[in-house]
Amino acid sequence: MPKIEIKNVYKIFGHSPSKVLPMVREGATKEEVLEKTGHTVGLDNVSITIQEGETFVCMGLSGSGKSTLIRHINRLIDPTAGEVLVEGTNVMDLDQKNLIKFRRHKMSMVFQRFGLFPHKTVIENIGYGLEVQGIKLEERNKTSMEKIEAVGLIGFEHQYPNQLSGGMQQRVGLARALATNTDIMLMDEAFSALDPIIRSDMQKQLIDLQAELKKTILFISHDLDESLKLGDHIGILNHGRIVQIGSPIDIIMKPADDYVAAFVKDVNRAKVIKAKIIMLTPEQFKSKKEKNSNTIKVNEDSFLDEFLPQVCLTPATVEVVDKSGNIKGYITEKELSKALTKSQADILTKSNTNVGQ
Amino acid sequence: MQKYIEYFKPVISLFIFIGFIIKKYKNYFKFIIYSVIFIWFIIIGYRSARPRYKPEHFTDIFNDFSWLVNWPKWLDFPLMQPLNSGFDWLIVNYGMFFEGINNFLLGLYTTMKNFLVGLPWPLVIALVIFITYFASGRKTSTTILVAFCTFFLGFLSPRYWDKCIMTVCIVLIGMLLCIVIGIPVGIAMARNQKVRNALLPILDLMQTIPSFCYLIPGILLFGLGAVPAIIAIFVYAVPPLIRLTDLGIRLVDKEVVEASEAFGASKKQTLWGVQIPLALPNIMQGINQCTMMSLAMVVIASMIGTRGIGDEVLLGLQQLNVGMATEAGIAIVLLAIIFDRITQSYGERLQERTQKKKEIEEHA
Repeated sequence: MPKIEIKNVYKIFGHSPSKVLPMVREGATKEEVLEKTGHTVGLDNVSITIQEGETFVCMGLSGSGKSTLIRHINRLIDPTAGEVLVEGTNVMDLDQKNLIKFRRHKMSMVFQRFGLFPHKTVIENIGYGLEVQGIKLEERNKTSMEKIEAVGLIGFEHQYPNQLSGGMQQRVGLARALATNTDIMLMDEAFSALDPIIRSDMQKQLIDLQAELKKTILFISHDLDESLKLGDHIGILNHGRIVQIGSPIDIIMKPADDYVAAFVKDVNRAKVIKAKIIMLTPEQFKSKKEKNSNTIKVNEDSFLDEFLPQVCLTPATVEVVDKSGNIKGYITEKELSKALTKSQADILTKSNTNVGQ
Repeated sequence: MQKYIEYFKPVISLFIFIGFIIKKYKNYFKFIIYSVIFIWFIIIGYRSARPRYKPEHFTDIFNDFSWLVNWPKWLDFPLMQPLNSGFDWLIVNYGMFFEGINNFLLGLYTTMKNFLVGLPWPLVIALVIFITYFASGRKTSTTILVAFCTFFLGFLSPRYWDKCIMTVCIVLIGMLLCIVIGIPVGIAMARNQKVRNALLPILDLMQTIPSFCYLIPGILLFGLGAVPAIIAIFVYAVPPLIRLTDLGIRLVDKEVVEASEAFGASKKQTLWGVQIPLALPNIMQGINQCTMMSLAMVVIASMIGTRGIGDEVLLGLQQLNVGMATEAGIAIVLLAIIFDRITQSYGERLQERTQKKKEIEEHA
């Protein structure tokens, strides 16, 4: 059973959304609806399935409905039509009491502008989720301290959020979400307000935490590099519609339409594609004729840009190995050039360039 | 019982049917209802106008159009008579209720006044210093200023001391009433759009209606003295408090409120744990405004026989004694400074606690 399932969700903003719904169902675009009825279409027939333990990144430009979508899962926003199933229960069926219980124990959320309580100290902020559950102060502080340690904020626990830098504030946000120990984490453009270096730090921290905790994460982002780095699956939203859902490689290699293609155009593929994705199996490799005498050993999970300079320096065959050193496959220059070229059309026009970017 | 239900069934279904029709043609119905009410008003006005103002037969209106030039005397909505009779009815039937309020407020006022007047004056000044010192977060400059202002109240004229205490008691009780009623109403307004829509015009009315319009019914309901002044203070000073409470709560960062809800806080927990603490600076500003307006009202209230520093101003006015009126005016300004400094500095302290901006620079 998937952890989160969003089925044909529509969200229309305005004073009488239900009247506009049939029009949107018939396929009217966002602009048409706005012009004719003055209603804004937030989500237009969105369906997403998120499996347990995966990171699903929902990506799109601002105004594409990403933040609206994430707020449907914990029902901060009610859908106009459609179902949101979390572990098989429809969140629309929950009454006020059960909804509160559901929010307390099933999921936690990290916000774009951190959403910290300015009148509470770091430790009180982190313990807030537990506080509303009615857990005693001592127990709360014990859990909070563990999370403070996990995000590396020891020594700041009695500061107020405004005394911290942006990156530290978002660590508090992250720790607060971790403190309630829920299976699902909703991250609404969690790192978008941070500067690039801190952002990549935070991404790394999230990846490390995720490797350990195996939560189900729905991550909202407008940054493709971030999406590719964090996501097991990526869903791209445009004007409230899902344009494409797939693994990062799918998105890069087979963009569904021009909108996605425009997105992925400037991506540094070497940073995104892992060795195991483009490698040939030993059988395939044996049948090939061209072989280099030099070989380089790389881990199957390493990205292309980690060993690309070496290949450029001394032409060599890349041996892809897993953690324990067993050979899983091989990569030759041909595969590399294929993977790094933007598209077939580009190869025809730029006949001499094998390596893109 | 069963019989009655059987009897009501068709009636209820009829009502539901009518309700359905009304809902479907809402705008149409609204228009019809408003026009009916308007025409009904005109008919009432016409019928109740004195015969000598009216044409002999109402069809004359459509023959002779001279009434279009000057406002005709028969086009007069009778509001005074029903209001008067309604007011009389209120006094006759609910007199006990108003007397209860009167007794309660008057009792509160006299106890407080007698206590403060009975205290030796240096002790009162010491009390004010004590309150200011702790309310302002141990700020010496504010405390000294307030202490001097308090001293000068009596120093201006020994007569003023007791009168100022009376005024302060009235203002404090009025403010207490404003806070007890105003803040919950403001919160209700911030949380519910319907309550907001219903209350905003009432607040506008309270703020624009001339104060004498409610001072006079105040006298009739509560008699002369402190209580109508307290009621007048309430009517005059509560709107800014309600508005600022409402504004304060709605201005709390939406994301912070969302964060609270997302972690499963109930509405009550969000309100007490997040919204009210973050709206406190604004609410304190509202209380500050409330105080200032109460002081302004207390002077006007002296015209309906409320004892206090206001009647010194009135006396000066009546005797064309500029010096006397000015002296009393200065005393009121001093009172205002005392109230303002205490509430303001307390508000600032709250603000500091919620937004420690000064220390950001140290870490940056």
